[in-house]
Amino acid sequence: MKNPDRKKFLDIMLGAGATAWLASILYPISKYLIPPSVPDSNVTNVDVGSITEFPPNSSKIIRFGRKPVIVIRTKEGDFKALSATCTHLDCNVQYKTDTEQIWCACHNGFYNLEGTNLSGPPPKPLAQYNVRIANEKVIISSEDMS
Amino acid sequence: MKLYDWINERIDLDSAVKFATKKQVPVFYGTVWYYLGGVSLFLFIVQVFTGILLILYYQPGATTAFESVKFIVSKVSFGWLIREIHSWSANLFILFIFLHMFTVYFAKAYRKPREITWYSGFILLLLAMFFGFSGYLLPWNELAFFATKVGSDIAGAVPIVGDFLLKLLRSGDEVSGATLTRFYGIHVAVLPLVFTLLLGLHLMFVQLQGMSVPPEQENLPHDKRKYMPFFPNFATRDLLLWLIVLNVIALLAVFFPWELGQKADALASAPAGIKPEWYFMFMFQTLKLIPAHVWFIEGELFGIMMFAIAGLIWFLVPFLDKKANQGKRSLFWKFVGIFAIVFIAGMTIWGYSV
Repeated sequence: MKNPDRKKFLDIMLGAGATAWLASILYPISKYLIPPSVPDSNVTNVDVGSITEFPPNSSKIIRFGRKPVIVIRTKEGDFKALSATCTHLDCNVQYKTDTEQIWCACHNGFYNLEGTNLSGPPPKPLAQYNVRIANEKVIISSEDMS
Repeated sequence: MKLYDWINERIDLDSAVKFATKKQVPVFYGTVWYYLGGVSLFLFIVQVFTGILLILYYQPGATTAFESVKFIVSKVSFGWLIREIHSWSANLFILFIFLHMFTVYFAKAYRKPREITWYSGFILLLLAMFFGFSGYLLPWNELAFFATKVGSDIAGAVPIVGDFLLKLLRSGDEVSGATLTRFYGIHVAVLPLVFTLLLGLHLMFVQLQGMSVPPEQENLPHDKRKYMPFFPNFATRDLLLWLIVLNVIALLAVFFPWELGQKADALASAPAGIKPEWYFMFMFQTLKLIPAHVWFIEGELFGIMMFAIAGLIWFLVPFLDKKANQGKRSLFWKFVGIFAIVFIAGMTIWGYSV
């Protein structure tokens, strides 16, 4: 070989050029594939209906911004509002009227009415929401519960 | 024959015919296993045809998908038949790929020089499962909605790239109409293209290298080994079996139709008794059994890591099974195969019995 340095130099230039060319194609594609993020709607309060729509020992899933929230009225008449998204694999949970627990049918996870994960695969508790009653209306809010 | 001659003068048809007539298929107790790959291929062809027919009426989108499938099965002439055949054939497709894979595994057909055929076959199985996963969402029913939530959430738990994967699959943070459009694109454009290319390679390898025989057969003296010509002897048997399979699919489609179920609702609870497609059941059941935390790792991540490691070992078996390359059988890898079957079958049965 006449000039090994020259060959090495050309190899590097060619390799770098090819890499840069590939990156200039892959970068816009990978960016295109992820949709623009929609800003979280600044929902802090949701009116979920009148008290009479919630008989004791019943539940309803409502939309809180983009998230589903389960509103439960206990046997005693108290209201609870918790994230309806199971912390295991994202299924929507349900209120079991017989055991008065929250249950996820997907992988048999149980939570109590405070949202604490009791059994099954869920690794974390369900987030709690604040519930207040104003003019016979049930209002859910994400404000600090303290 | 004039047409044949006309073409033959331009492109050498004679050598292709010579290749087909000279191709030999080994005859021994395992010859029957050779049909499984062919049946998988046939089912793929059925999927392509029925899939194209379904595209003519299907409308992706959260407000149209469920309604259009309902329209296909209730209003379009023979629409129900096309959809049922597509669903049944999809399930049998995966089943036959699994059977094909396990027979190849136990026959040690992955050993040198067919390692790349094994690797390509394994990737084809993964693609077929992704075909099933993406197609399952398209009717936009309740079961499909939650199956997609769970499946994409699992992808989201992968370390480092999880968030990217989740958004890539869902086209956003949640499973929505945008996810449906994306899955539709993946199901009818991306996967068919990639699958067909890889399948072409897989089949080309088989043609170039011929059928593999188990080590014991290979070690037999030449006069003890029997063959039949691929064309017409084996090919006609293949065709007859394809015809039988098509009839079985038609019977299943008519007598055991797949339900369309309830339309997906993002504010509904996951229904009791929710189950994934049967070929994901063993993973679903395993995830159900893993506790919330294993040591310091979240159970979900632990399960995914275990399946990823098991899948990688299975993929790399031609490389890991050193004995097979010397034409010997290894007891260890035989037990690995038996364990895989027992685990998959056991977990699947367990999943369906609770």
